[in-house]
Amino acid sequence: MEAMLLSGDAPLFTLTDAGLYCPAGDFHIDPVRPVPRAVVTHGHSDHARSGHGAVLATPETLAIMAVRYGEGFTGQRQPAALGVRTNIRDVTVTLHPAGHVLGSAQVLVEHRGRRWVVSGDYKRQSDPTAAGFEPVACDVFVTEATFALPVFRHPPAEGEIGKLLDSLRLFPERPHIVGAYALGKAQRLIALIRAAGHDAPILLHGALIRLCDLYGAFGFDLGRLEPVAGRAKKDLAGHIVLCPPSATADRWAQRFPDPVTAFASGWMRVRARARQRGAELPLIVSDHADWDDLCATILETGAEEVWVTHGQEDALCHWCGLAGIRAQPLNLIGYGDEDEADALTPEGAAETAPAATGEAGA
Amino acid sequence: MNRFAELLDRLAYEPRRNAKIALVADYLAHTPDPDRGYALAALTGALSFRDAKPAMIRALIAARADPVLFALSYDYVGDLSETVALMWPVPPVAPNRPPPHLAEVVETLAATHRAAVPGRIAGWLDGLDENGRFALLKLVTGSLRIGVSARLARTALARLGGLEADAVEEVWHGLVPPYEPLFAWVEGRGPRPDSIDPAPFRPPMLSHALEERDMETLDPADFRAEWKWDGIRVEAAGGAATSRDGEIRRVARLYSRTGDDISAAFPDLLAAISFDGALDGELLVLIEGRVQPFSVLQQRLNRKTVTAKLLAEYPAHIRAYDLLAEGDEDLRALPFTARRARLEAFVARLEEPRIDLSPLVAFPDWETLTAARAEPATHGAGADGDAVEGVMIKRAAAPYLPGRPKGEWYKWKRDPFAVDAVLMYAQRGHGKRSSFYSDYTFGVWRAAEAGDELVPVGKAYFGFTDEELKEIDRFVRKHTVGRFGPVREVVHTAETGLVIEVAFEGLNRSTRHKSGLAMRFPRVARLRWDKRPADADRIEVLEALLPAGA
Repeated sequence: MEAMLLSGDAPLFTLTDAGLYCPAGDFHIDPVRPVPRAVVTHGHSDHARSGHGAVLATPETLAIMAVRYGEGFTGQRQPAALGVRTNIRDVTVTLHPAGHVLGSAQVLVEHRGRRWVVSGDYKRQSDPTAAGFEPVACDVFVTEATFALPVFRHPPAEGEIGKLLDSLRLFPERPHIVGAYALGKAQRLIALIRAAGHDAPILLHGALIRLCDLYGAFGFDLGRLEPVAGRAKKDLAGHIVLCPPSATADRWAQRFPDPVTAFASGWMRVRARARQRGAELPLIVSDHADWDDLCATILETGAEEVWVTHGQEDALCHWCGLAGIRAQPLNLIGYGDEDEADALTPEGAAETAPAATGEAGA
Repeated sequence: MNRFAELLDRLAYEPRRNAKIALVADYLAHTPDPDRGYALAALTGALSFRDAKPAMIRALIAARADPVLFALSYDYVGDLSETVALMWPVPPVAPNRPPPHLAEVVETLAATHRAAVPGRIAGWLDGLDENGRFALLKLVTGSLRIGVSARLARTALARLGGLEADAVEEVWHGLVPPYEPLFAWVEGRGPRPDSIDPAPFRPPMLSHALEERDMETLDPADFRAEWKWDGIRVEAAGGAATSRDGEIRRVARLYSRTGDDISAAFPDLLAAISFDGALDGELLVLIEGRVQPFSVLQQRLNRKTVTAKLLAEYPAHIRAYDLLAEGDEDLRALPFTARRARLEAFVARLEEPRIDLSPLVAFPDWETLTAARAEPATHGAGADGDAVEGVMIKRAAAPYLPGRPKGEWYKWKRDPFAVDAVLMYAQRGHGKRSSFYSDYTFGVWRAAEAGDELVPVGKAYFGFTDEELKEIDRFVRKHTVGRFGPVREVVHTAETGLVIEVAFEGLNRSTRHKSGLAMRFPRVARLRWDKRPADADRIEVLEALLPAGA
């Protein structure tokens, strides 16, 4: 742990097998295995896992976890509203919006005058379905680095939705299948599609329905959403269809006559990545901060030291060096970009599998 | 530039030909002159910029980005133009002018001194977004690579005015970017442009595959037959143009079947096109009078330029099938027999060693032709028999009709080779097939130290019916034993696996494949659910098919 002593003081966090641990408060943040006490930044499956003794999170994140894992996902739920200070042993914990998905939060931990912020995943682009990111002044900023290369600069999402609707205009008879992560990305896309004036029903893969319903319960109007299951082949033409990214390669997708296959992800910025996924219409819509926003956010926090949890840490640490900020990679394992996780790990597969096989089984 | 960039972006990801045509047509319909004309020129390969090279682009980014961040980015993205386009630092103060139009870029670069080119390009990059920068860099370095043929782009243009693509082809080669008179004509706003090109491309006449039933209804007396040579179909056109100051200039061109001008790679043939007229023929490599296998011809294909060494080692040749024009006279309305007589006289007069006549195959009845097709060597093709891939059957009375008219020309290929192979790997396809495992790697048995093993001998991605595709897809998904990115390894033991009858046109030695063999034109002929993998063929069966000396 000597690398953890860069800041000169005893660090407020250490690493355990389960991830980032705060000894003074005796809790983990986003632990990757069951622990007695967890603070969870947001509901994505690589950050929010079931089986902890107690979970402190926003009410929205707790509701998402209940939808995903069942009501018994934790022994004790500790809802914490944004901006409300909670004392835990020797530290004070406050959640601040991270702009990533519904309910996502940064965790401010204060201890003897020192302020640490653990960002979780975050983005700075506006999103009608998530409270906007608030920069929080701190001494040490623990940041993600999913898109931390200067080649990643996400364009405004509205323009990407324009690409989708243009394609629908040019190919009105073809269904447009959009691979989008089930939590957050899908609902943001729907909200943006509605804002662009497209009010026809949007068809959903089974794995998206309960989460869209949950957004509805939190007051987001996503317009008419209808399940793909049970529709005749001819009734699929010309619709926008949302599904988890992996479903585009599934037998589930074989029912669509001559589809346009789109993916909504920050990775779509790089052509080789987009082709690898089989995208015909790559939509650069990300729920992570891009390079410029990562750099700007670090400067805005005023942090004198930066810890990088996961992603392209080399480039971001190098940039911090150029900017005169101490930085170190944590190389946390178990976190990944959700789109990739969805395709490559059993957890993502588990999320889509029941609906996919259930529908395509015959 | 931004609209052009959007178009390139869509085309790059679109696998379907019809959808590509729709995208290009939509762009041309909604983009003003002269931008759309330059875009058409870029798509058809009619633009080139000599002074913009990758080294210049590297220098531009090196002056603007941290070297470590550039190296990390380039390593991740893998393409220089794309890396630079994506990480180009936006100037703190946006340039006080709109992003450049395509026409501005093309016209300015043509008029800019070499030393000033980097500055110009940097200025434009400052004003464009990521896609615009990518399109600009790909455009100026001449590597669009978006899978759009010249023919496809002209088909899209024709669609603007509800014309046939061939009508555009007829006038195309005399015109220069940005083609404003051409657009005016296509859109019904102006007269048909006078093609001043003395050697225009004439769209070729194509054939249908002969069905077995056809012979029951066709009278052999109505048809002529000739060898179908295993090369590539080309059109050789020559003529003379008079410039405004009265100077006469010879023009010679070699076109591919799709109208791409491939002259630059064949200076040896251009020198032989000393005539005024247009020949339809087969491009071959002849060494000591013998037609070489297709694998030898391939050394000369898909090159922008050619070295003296290649010219000497692989001399190109045209074997003529048809005469489309002679002098100013268009012969295409004449029946085949009349054109043939003109062709024979024309080639004889030409006395050009690089151009000869493809002989007719006499046949009083279909049985004779069947025998000739089965054994060309003893039916007139002689020592070149191996270079015959079948026979062409042409209606004696048919005029030369561009496109693929029904009932006029038939191709009747030699029976393909076939081998029973075992499916080893499968990969998902593109477009309509993106959710199906439709690209198959298959292997045959060979002896190894630990007993017999399967060695991959080729890949096939067509030949099956929609129903068979579903069956194979189901098999692949149920029998996956390994995953490598988009590729699945499928079970292939002696007892369990899928045997595929693979048809192919020929076989060559290859150092690129583990088996040392490369198949030509392999495709799935039948699924042999009735066979066990152990019953599939062995490598020795294939090796016996290798041409002597190959």
